[in-house]
Amino acid sequence: MSPIFKLLAQRIALSLLLLLLISVVIFAGTMVLPGDVAQSILGQSATPEALANLRAELGVNDPPVQRYFAWLFGAIQGDLGTALTSGQDISEALASRFWNTLFLAFWAAVVAVPLAIFLGLLAVRFKDRWPDKLISGVTLASISIPEFLIGYVLMYLIAVQLRWFPSVAMINDNMSLFEKLNAIALPIAVLTLVVLAHMMRMTRAAILNVMQSAYIETAELKGLNAFQVIYRHAFPNAIAPIVNVVMLNLAYLVVGVVVIEVVFVYPGMGQYLVDHVSKRDVPVVQACGLIFAAVYIGLNMIADIVAILSNPRLRHPK
Amino acid sequence: MNNHMKHLASQAVAGKLSRRDFLGKAAALGFTAVSANLLLSSAAKAAGPQKGGTIRLGLQGGSTTDSLDPALVTNTVGLMVTRLWGETLVELADDGGIEGKLAESYEASADARTWTFKLRQGVTYSNGQNVTTEDVVKTMERHSGEDTKSGALGIMRGIKDVRADGDSVVFELDSPNADLPYLLADYHLIIQPGGGNDDPAAAIGTGPYIMKSSDMGVRFVAEKNPNYWGDLGNADTVEIIVINDDTARVAALQSGQVDVIDRVPPRTAKLVDRAPNITVHSTSAAGHYVFIMHCNTAPFDNNDLRMALKYGINRQEMVDKILNGYGTVGNDTPINASYPMYTELEQRQFDPDKAMFHLKKSGHDGGILLRTSDNSFPGAPDASALFQQSLNSAGIKLDVKREPNDGYWSEVWNNKPFCTSYWGGRPTQDQMFTTAYLSTADWNDTRFNNEQFDQILVAARGELDVAKRTQMYADMSTILRDEGGLICPMFNDFVEATTDNVDGWVEGIPGQVLMNGYAASKLWVKA
Repeated sequence: MSPIFKLLAQRIALSLLLLLLISVVIFAGTMVLPGDVAQSILGQSATPEALANLRAELGVNDPPVQRYFAWLFGAIQGDLGTALTSGQDISEALASRFWNTLFLAFWAAVVAVPLAIFLGLLAVRFKDRWPDKLISGVTLASISIPEFLIGYVLMYLIAVQLRWFPSVAMINDNMSLFEKLNAIALPIAVLTLVVLAHMMRMTRAAILNVMQSAYIETAELKGLNAFQVIYRHAFPNAIAPIVNVVMLNLAYLVVGVVVIEVVFVYPGMGQYLVDHVSKRDVPVVQACGLIFAAVYIGLNMIADIVAILSNPRLRHPK
Repeated sequence: MNNHMKHLASQAVAGKLSRRDFLGKAAALGFTAVSANLLLSSAAKAAGPQKGGTIRLGLQGGSTTDSLDPALVTNTVGLMVTRLWGETLVELADDGGIEGKLAESYEASADARTWTFKLRQGVTYSNGQNVTTEDVVKTMERHSGEDTKSGALGIMRGIKDVRADGDSVVFELDSPNADLPYLLADYHLIIQPGGGNDDPAAAIGTGPYIMKSSDMGVRFVAEKNPNYWGDLGNADTVEIIVINDDTARVAALQSGQVDVIDRVPPRTAKLVDRAPNITVHSTSAAGHYVFIMHCNTAPFDNNDLRMALKYGINRQEMVDKILNGYGTVGNDTPINASYPMYTELEQRQFDPDKAMFHLKKSGHDGGILLRTSDNSFPGAPDASALFQQSLNSAGIKLDVKREPNDGYWSEVWNNKPFCTSYWGGRPTQDQMFTTAYLSTADWNDTRFNNEQFDQILVAARGELDVAKRTQMYADMSTILRDEGGLICPMFNDFVEATTDNVDGWVEGIPGQVLMNGYAASKLWVKA
């Protein structure tokens, strides 16, 4: 077996192990959460009888280890259990929410990633001149402002004043792709502003780093123009750190956008998770935690695999 | 001149003249925008409800953990959705009385122990089945059974037996209760086929609409029920969107994505109202924000200390600063003018001297600990800080402890001796007192134990003479005001808003949200 396959197999096995460990942490963590699910469901209007009835029905008194393994084997088979609060099948309810989250993340990434890389290349090309400073200034300013504030500002200007796009990013199955994209235009814009700076700066830094190399000087001496040097010689060698930061930001787009979901009323997974945390609906919290962890680990694994494949020193070890 | 204006207004309503043009012409004729708007809305009401279209509501309070089972409804979104597809036996009328829904009429025995509700004939559910007396009996059983999780369980307790009798349903009570119809108007008690035992969340009912899609905590769509027996339901389609974020909800209204929103934040309500196409509606209500002391726990077991705290609160300042004027001052009783048999008591004023006097008399020395949290009522930590300052001027030291929102209702409220909280209104005094101030009540969150109070409460229930009953309730309020553990600085209005797309808003019953929950079916979309 070639060493590269061994390396990849190791990396994937490591990810799976990590996921297993995290499943233990998630389960243990949700076990020690304070509060009482029955009280949270019934709220202020709970009577002692209603509480006792609900607690018995929810069966929250089995031993934890037994519940962990039952839960783990269920999860491996795609059965995440049923929600305590609504009695719905979690896998079913989560599927549409997860799909919505991915939909938003996908389109935000389609806009943000090429834009960030292009701006990064542009910044390198005009290093220390005004386009570089302008790009850095604007993107760093937009990452420094809290995302809900950017959301409110865009909502006020674009949805309320100009009425170009809706402020409520509600999508449903009856909408065409165009209608859906129109609905999520504002959240995409906010997310793009939020993730742009990180990726742009990393692209710029990685390429500038490579630009110090001798072979870049050779390329320049060959008579290639600045963009060709960057595009043909610097970028391929800088791809590993760029992919790394892109994957980190993609992971953020999937697991970290709950504030955006709330502000734009987007029916994604974040809101679903928060609602269930506040109601102490442990099976749903566990399922969401597991899925978020899997997304994070998976994307990081992809970043590492790309880094391995794109690095000749790793591809051809001595 | 006036006739000319009326003509213009009717043209504007008929859509022959845009609203902007109308206001422009009115201004040219010397009318102010306010009076012109008034004329326009009265002309619209005179034109009567229009049928058709889609009415869209952006509401706060829904969660993905909600259920369509009416027994489990706890929030405004649940109430509004339930009102679309289901109906109760009787309902509160706009004048505060009772009107029949699925019950055509009702009568009580002379001792108010036996009540007979005659069922409306020929009403069908949205699945085509007929409504039977058996369904009513089963529904009541489901909400009062020993293993029920129903939010109506508390009010079902006094009912001994429910049985079908021909085309009527008979309720036998443990003790006389002149308010039974008010209790049965509770929105949890939706009549469902077979009592809803088979599939409580099926949303099969007799309401003016039929649910087409229900995505909990996200969006609900309902279409007009073609076989509805009554005259509710103007729009063809109702869409309810859950928008929990205040700013987002207001933006959705301003950008015309929804026609109605609830809970306009009092802080910005005046700004929102300034927009030309938006009207803010403020409904006085029985809901109130409170500071509650346990009357059986030191130092609050001393009535002089309680009085010191009651004199040390500046009620008007709270209404102005916490509610931004969208509310009225309280008087340390949960009852205000929203209640049917209300008597005004002498208003207690902020009086640092009296507060100091009562503090000295109580002999209490040192600080007093108040617990609060953001979710106990909007602005509770700010209100606590105001209370702290006003007490300070009376020489009383109040320590405010901020508790996490999480677990507040289980760990602090009804548990710790002094904290902030809120109460929604109840339709009658009896219900309010029975829920929270009877010494044996589950939610006696002030640990109030007063024999005389309990006796009057029970006696008032069986008293069918309204004048005598009114006096009894005034006496009870007086006892609570002067001896209770409740500090009630303010009653909060419901602040809601509509756009020009819809019309037909009426004040409705005091103390109820969104036209008693009927905004979706009573408003109409302007053509």
